[in-house]
Amino acid sequence: MAKTLTQSVQQDTSTALLNKSRIRRLSKGINITFVTVLTTAVLVIYLAPFLFMVFTSLKTPTQIAQLGSPIWPAKPATFDYKGATIDVYKVPISTCAGANPNDKSIKNLAAVKKGRQETTFVNPADVAAGEFTCKVSWRALDRPWSWAPQWANYSDVVKALDFPKLMWNTSYYAIMTEIGVLISCTLVAYGFARFRFPGRDFLFTLLISTIFLPAFVTLIPTYYVFQKIGWVGTWLPLIVPAFFANAYDVFLLRQFFMTLPRELDEAAMMDGASPFRILWSIIIPQSYPVLVAVTVFHIVFAWNDYFGPLIYLSTNRQAWPISVALPIFNGLYSTAPQLIQAGALMAMVLPLILFFVAQRFFIQGIVITGVDK
Amino acid sequence: MFEYLNKRQKLPSLASYRSLSPLARREMRNGLFFLSPWLVGFLAFTLLPTLATLLFSFLNRKVTDPVLSAPQFAGLSNYKQLLTDPQIWSTGGTPGSLWITIMFAAIALPVGILFPLGIAVLMNNPNLKGQNIFRTLFYMPYIVPFVAAIYLWLGMLNPASGWINRILAWLGVANADLPLWQNGTSLLTGVYPAYVIIGIWGLGNAMLIFLSGLQGVPTELYDAAKVDGANAWQTFRNITFPMISPVIFYNLVLGLVQLFQYFQLPLVINQGNGLPGGWTMFYNLYLYRTFFTYQNMGYGSSMAWFLFLVVLLVTIILFSTAKYWVYYAGESR
Repeated sequence: MAKTLTQSVQQDTSTALLNKSRIRRLSKGINITFVTVLTTAVLVIYLAPFLFMVFTSLKTPTQIAQLGSPIWPAKPATFDYKGATIDVYKVPISTCAGANPNDKSIKNLAAVKKGRQETTFVNPADVAAGEFTCKVSWRALDRPWSWAPQWANYSDVVKALDFPKLMWNTSYYAIMTEIGVLISCTLVAYGFARFRFPGRDFLFTLLISTIFLPAFVTLIPTYYVFQKIGWVGTWLPLIVPAFFANAYDVFLLRQFFMTLPRELDEAAMMDGASPFRILWSIIIPQSYPVLVAVTVFHIVFAWNDYFGPLIYLSTNRQAWPISVALPIFNGLYSTAPQLIQAGALMAMVLPLILFFVAQRFFIQGIVITGVDK
Repeated sequence: MFEYLNKRQKLPSLASYRSLSPLARREMRNGLFFLSPWLVGFLAFTLLPTLATLLFSFLNRKVTDPVLSAPQFAGLSNYKQLLTDPQIWSTGGTPGSLWITIMFAAIALPVGILFPLGIAVLMNNPNLKGQNIFRTLFYMPYIVPFVAAIYLWLGMLNPASGWINRILAWLGVANADLPLWQNGTSLLTGVYPAYVIIGIWGLGNAMLIFLSGLQGVPTELYDAAKVDGANAWQTFRNITFPMISPVIFYNLVLGLVQLFQYFQLPLVINQGNGLPGGWTMFYNLYLYRTFFTYQNMGYGSSMAWFLFLVVLLVTIILFSTAKYWVYYAGESR
């Protein structure tokens, strides 16, 4: 008797435990759904402007001007009938000849002959039924919209902007400065990461402090001198400084170099390798992730740079990169939002492709600059 | 990146070089050789220009004057003008550019910290599935060229056809009450919130840095807090916040330095004309116009140095508060 009691108690607790773990699993499932749905909702709102851009870039100017038109690219529906393109309207069926007067439905019908008192329609879905009249004025009717993206907007922008030239200029700027950044920052970062001498840490602090220096403090005399030696209007003021290292990329590379084991360096040094040789044959082959990160960062930076090209290149139309051309294009076409959005979209395609290809390196690089010491 | 700056570094002296062994001297020569691109660049593009700006700030000089023209000393007159310029200081109800800059920073900085932190907290939730995809997609808008993003957002914020006002209208806001955004001056629905919204795509970096900061908090700390019966707020206040304080500090300092130099957005949107009603004439924009539009290099230089001193002061204050609230793990080593 006592034995069976303990047994049944044990059984009860085990079913209770089972229920508890089931509840826990269920509540975890609810939590996962809730958090994931919430984050997705935030993401959709955050990225919705992309959809706005795509939709607007494919609209006709008439649709943009018309209040109450759909948010997706569309035009009023038409129907090809007996060799002519005729307009489609939303017609209350009850007004039509031979229809049930109590029928509340609305059909999309094509107007063959428009009239104030009655209009002759044909049903695009059932042409064989022939023409029939309805007692409505065509002016009082709304029109349905049909999906009609205007791909020609993009070719219009390509022509108006001289797009291939802009792409070439922007790429030229990105590649030339990229070469400078990669060479100079790698050398400097190697110097900071692998050599010990008095004052090194002071210099490194100085390098990082330059991040806080307002740009205009150095810009005014630099611009003045560049102007006097005739560099304004050429690429030189943008490309030459890239060969003298910058704080962000040096920091990123130095942090990575510091994580590489010194044993290989020392072994090579014993064998009489020069510091250059060690950098080239030992450090660089181990550093592809960070070199890719710096490369991609810099390309995106150069692609997006507006102010540098604006002050040095705005007098030289032939050298404009996309960031300088886009505002001028927008000034000229301010009444054509569809072209502005198409231009904006075309300007961001290449950086976005690059980002998706190299996003792993990208994200690692940002984490190093923000979180490392 | 900034933890390094919180430690004081010694200046090298000649005596310390003399005391080095020949081997150490060679290491120093090699090291300086590799630093030379930056050392030359620092002299040519940072130190000398900064000093030249200081010199110019005491001269009357236009951009069009020749480099070697006899300097016309202006004494302190540029700085005197600066201290009374109604374009900089607010006078009788018209906001000056410095006040505009500070006011905008007061709106934009909290958003610039809290929004990315909020998204990072959301993404760091252990119940979130597909964290990597979310991380990539939330970061993606940061890549978009900012000029292109401006035009996209101006379309979104268009009072008549933009989606934001269309949604507001759909939610029942009367047509007359719809926000004017970049043409309005309301602090809630005018040009400043519009600029903050346009800038929201530029927060991807901060988001990622916060996220990696959150991921770096050891889970044992949370387990210990749970055992001690801490509630959510106590856990955040006593564990999460101190552990991520270095990344908050990093984003705060960078955000503030950038906001003091804010001007590119209004320069693109309305060529820096200050519309509506001077509300977007930020300090750096006024500086840009002084130098590039009015070619006044002397006054522009004094404005640049004044900005430099303000930014320096603000960063020094921020860095001096760091020891009270920024916690660097392992600093007692």
